[in-house]
This record gives sequence, structure tokens and C-alpha cells, in this order.
Amino acid sequence: MDFWPWLSLAGLGAFHGANPAMGWLFAVALGFHRQSARIVWLSLLPIAVGHAASIATVLAVMVAFGAVMDLRSLQLIAAAFILAFAGYLAICGHRHRVRVGMRAGMAGLAAWSFLMATSHGAGLMLVPAVLSLCLADHAGMAGMAGSLSVSLAAVAVHTGAMLAVIAAIALVVFSWLGLAGLRSAWINFDRLWTLALGATAIILLIW
Amino acid sequence: MTTWRPDPSFYPSPRMAAKAPKETLAYVAAFDPDRQRPDAIAVVDVDPASSTYSKIVGQVDMPNVGDELHHFGWNACSSCLCPNAPHPHVERRYLVVPGLRSSRLHIIDTKPDPRNPQIVRVIEPAEVAERANYSRLHTIHCGPEGIYVNALADRDGKAPGGIFLLDHDSFDVLGQWEMDRGPQKLAYDFWWHLGHDTMITSEWGTPDTFENGLVPEVLLNSKYGRRLHFWDLNKRKHVQVIDFGEEHQLVFELRPAHDPTKAYGFVGCVISLKDLSASIWTWYRDGNQWAVKKVVEIPAEPADPDLLPPVLKGFKAVPPLVTDIDLSMDDRFLYVSCWGTGDMIQYDVSDPLAPKETGRVRIGGIVARATHPKAANGALNGGPQMVEISRDGKRVYFTNSLYGAIDPQFYPEGIDGWMVKLDVGDNGGISFEEAFFVDWPKGHRPHQVRLEGGDCSSDSYCYP
Repeated sequence: MDFWPWLSLAGLGAFHGANPAMGWLFAVALGFHRQSARIVWLSLLPIAVGHAASIATVLAVMVAFGAVMDLRSLQLIAAAFILAFAGYLAICGHRHRVRVGMRAGMAGLAAWSFLMATSHGAGLMLVPAVLSLCLADHAGMAGMAGSLSVSLAAVAVHTGAMLAVIAAIALVVFSWLGLAGLRSAWINFDRLWTLALGATAIILLIW
Repeated sequence: MTTWRPDPSFYPSPRMAAKAPKETLAYVAAFDPDRQRPDAIAVVDVDPASSTYSKIVGQVDMPNVGDELHHFGWNACSSCLCPNAPHPHVERRYLVVPGLRSSRLHIIDTKPDPRNPQIVRVIEPAEVAERANYSRLHTIHCGPEGIYVNALADRDGKAPGGIFLLDHDSFDVLGQWEMDRGPQKLAYDFWWHLGHDTMITSEWGTPDTFENGLVPEVLLNSKYGRRLHFWDLNKRKHVQVIDFGEEHQLVFELRPAHDPTKAYGFVGCVISLKDLSASIWTWYRDGNQWAVKKVVEIPAEPADPDLLPPVLKGFKAVPPLVTDIDLSMDDRFLYVSCWGTGDMIQYDVSDPLAPKETGRVRIGGIVARATHPKAANGALNGGPQMVEISRDGKRVYFTNSLYGAIDPQFYPEGIDGWMVKLDVGDNGGISFEEAFFVDWPKGHRPHQVRLEGGDCSSDSYCYP
């Protein structure tokens, strides 16, 4: 069994987790507001759940399309959609209506994380890796059921890596570093994400 | 327009912002009360090491006359670092400058040459009316959902006034902010507690009751604003109103604590109908509600009627007229402008419900006409008005004009503009910086001051 797709899923999980806009910063902020390390840890869970729900939704849509069309068409449609989405982000930016603030509860955090991951196209980045896993799997147990179980495993691996990274960063920032470093260390993840989405589309095209 | 790293003038917390480098330039709104020549944003050198210290070193004129520049703000500020709405890779670069009378919005670029800012876009009143249904643009704050602009009236000059949003990047008018305004009709100032998802707005009146000066009948019948409105910042819904009572009129400038974990702030009430006193109120969280308490009352001063303008002669007293207040970045000192008596008072508000006076200077004033060491003319008019504090809390700047149509009601001979600076002692106490006095060029009057890189009424923070 090919190891690389799993590694890339985990790597993308780490990449998503490192982005302050995906939740560790929110968890740390809530911890500072309520002066509680426990709040930091508790907040990470709904953030991970929201993220997982977002990418699972994207992968479910992909699997559904995969059930009714051939691989090449699916790749082309996915690539076109991802390119259009990256173009939209590049032109229109990542700003959206703000629905969740600093008094957020656990449900609010999960909803916020879902919206952030979805609007940033987190799940789209996983499409090539999950597609290749489904293909490798096809020889054995063909069809949608196999694709679904592979996709669920992909969500688990990705979210596990993401959770590990947001937990590690949140711990270090909350307990030792503080937030002063944000001023210089917060590089423009929005640009990196747009580039990553572009690369995802290209991978699908030249497959 | 995005950058790789956050703008260096963004700070996660007020604590960190207080360590920012000293400002070297101040931007000051200047308007022509006769509406004959264009208003301007003047650039004042506030760097003591500079050869042009205390001088106007640049100016950008508006393209029209009669805008009445008043308050203005930055396109982006420290709130861009907020974790729930992060977008910190923009520059604090553009001043968003509304005309209170014209309802025109000017976008002014300070970047290529901070001493020579340029107008890059003008948003005409028709666009604001079309997209947001508002007019009489008053205050600007950069915040979680873009640039917030408040307006004192709807497009027809009637109630309700309210808030609309501008896009951070394109400066397009995005539309009305409120989704449910409840009983709110009048508007004046607004700000928020980012840590408590709360917006607060205050009240003045409709344009027909101030554009030709204050109307005594409206004032004496307590028909000007006297209420605070509390809103859910994210749901954009009105949640609570607090009426200060018939005695209190003109509840104006809102200064919430900078520390986002604190749920209190200060608002000035210009005048009491009972005894002409002015007052400072603290709003605070009381259980599940907001509450207010009067924490300072500044009495009127008896005066010889011969020295008073017609509107005050019968009262034989000078009202303090608290028209602006400002809170230092560490939430410790509150500065209170008494435009009538000429006092600038510093209070220690470490205990927000029990302020203690720690400093006072007097300059100008309806009767006092107090002077400044560097003023050529020994009798200054106008009084302390728009006040701004440096981020480190060591320097305070203020100007002396209130509003074109109201200035002559209290200073009938007109106002000669000036801008001054105070030095602040480590544990309070204020004194004039003797070398700083801007004798404002005739034809314009100075109003709000904004400091390079941010100041104590420009930025809000999400981290304590």
C-alpha cells in the first residue's frame, strides 16, 4: 500500500493547523480572556471537529461525483473548481461576515471552525491524496463503500495531525511565548493557501 | 495590496501597543467655518528633535468646499489581529475622512510620503445614500468586519442615524450595519468591547437640530440625545438601552476600556439642564445587564454676565461643556475636555467607579481666555476639545474647535485655532509642553487629531 498519500494528508493537516486563522490562536485568546489553560484545551476540540466536518463534507461531495463519472472527468472538474476558488480568494480575499466573537461557546467555535475551513478551501487541498487512495483501493473493494471508508480514514489522519499541531502551538504560545511574536511571525497564510490550492489543481490536471 | 507580514503598527494587546515608538507626525482635520475654501487634513510635526517641530509641514485640501471635516480614522488597525476575523496582512495606510456636513468620504493615502498625503478616492454622498441609506458621516473605526462609519441621519437628513460598513480593500460601501436597531433613532459616537461582543452607540440629534447651531428649545425640552445603546456586535442586534434621564443632554464620546477582558467604559455628558454641570459616566456589566453610574460631576462656574455670550447671559455661569474625553492605553488615565471653562482635567480611573483628579490645566475658555507660554496673543479663545493621547501615554494633544455652527454660540467673536501638547508625569499630573503651540492658520479651525501609527482612540484589541 502506498504510503505517500497518507503522509501528504498528515502534512496538510499540520499545514492547516499551523495557520493561526484555523483555530489555535482563537483557543489561545480564549485561554487568555478566561485565564484558564483548561479553556485552551477544551476549545481545541470543537475547532478540530468543525475542521473535520468541513473537509468531510468536501470529500463526501467528491465521492458522490466519483460514483457517477469517470476518473478523468472528476479530476478535470475538481481542478477547474479549485482553480476558480483559488482565483476568487486571490482577488476577493478571505474576509467574510463575522458571526462568532470572543464570547463564543463550544458550538460557536465548532461552527466558526467549519466556516473558516470551508471558506479557505481546506478540504479541496486533500482531493488528490484521497483520490489516489480510492484508486489504489479500487482493485480490492470497488465502489462507493470503499471510497467512503478511505475518505473517513483520510479525515481522521488529517484531523489527527491538525489537532496535534494546534495543540502543540497553543501550548507553547499560551504557556511560554505569549502573543508578541504574532507581530512578525504571522506570515501571510492566505497567500500560501492560494498557492497551495493552485498546486492542488495542477496536480489533478497533470495526473 | 496584501503583505507578507502584519503591519508593524498592529499590536495584539494594548499592553504591547503602549511600547510602540513615539509618533513623529499628527494628522489634524481642519475646516473652514465659512465654507468658502476647501477643508483640509493638515500634517503637524510632533517630533521634538525636528527643525519643524510644532509646525504644519503638509496639507491635503479636499476637492470641494463645505465638507466640515470632523472625525476620521484609519483603514486598518490592531483589530486585524483578532483570532475570530484574522486579516492582518494589510497596511495601516489610508485615512478615511468623512465630511460631517457634506456626507462625502475621502480616502487619503499617507504611504509614499507621510508628510504629503494624497487623496486616492472620493466616495460621493449619493453612493452612501444609495447603498447604505445614510448621511452626515461622523466617526470611523476599523474593526472585525471592515471599516465602520457612523452617520447621524438617514439619506433624507432624518432619523434614524446609524452605522454602515466599508470594504477594507476596495473602500466600497457595503451597506447598513444594523440588522435590528430596536428603539435606536439618534446617533453620535460608537465603539465596542471586542472581548464582550458588544457595540455601544450614543446620541446627538437630527441635522435640523444642529446644522444651524444648537436649538435652545430642543435642549431645554431635553430632546437631544441622552441614551446609550448596547448591541450584539456579531448579530448586529440592539440588546439594551439606558436613558440618562431628562436632566442630562448630549451624551457624546464613548471610551471603552482598551483591555478587551474589561467590561466598562466612560462617556461624557455635555450638560445638565439642572445646573449646567457636565458629567462623566461609567458603564459597566451588572449581572447579565449593562448599567451606568455618574462618577464625576464638573460644576458650572459663576461668571459676570457681561463676559458671557447671549445664550449664557441669563444663567450667569460658564458651563464646563465636556465635549470630548479620551482614555490612556493602560486604562489608567481619563482626559476630559471642558470646552466651556477651558480646563483639561486628568483623572486616575484605575477604579472606574471612583475616578480621582490627578491633573488640570486651563487654556482658552469662554471667560478665562487663559494663555499658553508660546502664544503670541495673551488671550486665547476656544477651549480644550478633541483630545488624543500617544500610545505610551506620555503625550497628550488637543485642539480648540467644536463644530462650525456651534462655535459662535459660545465664542461669538469666532475661534482662532490652536493645537497644544501636554507632558504627562509618570504617576499622573499634566503640564504644557512650552515649545509646542500651533497657531492655526486663519481661515481654518482644527478638530480631531490622529497620531502616526495609531493612538488611544484609533485601535481596538482582542488580546489582554
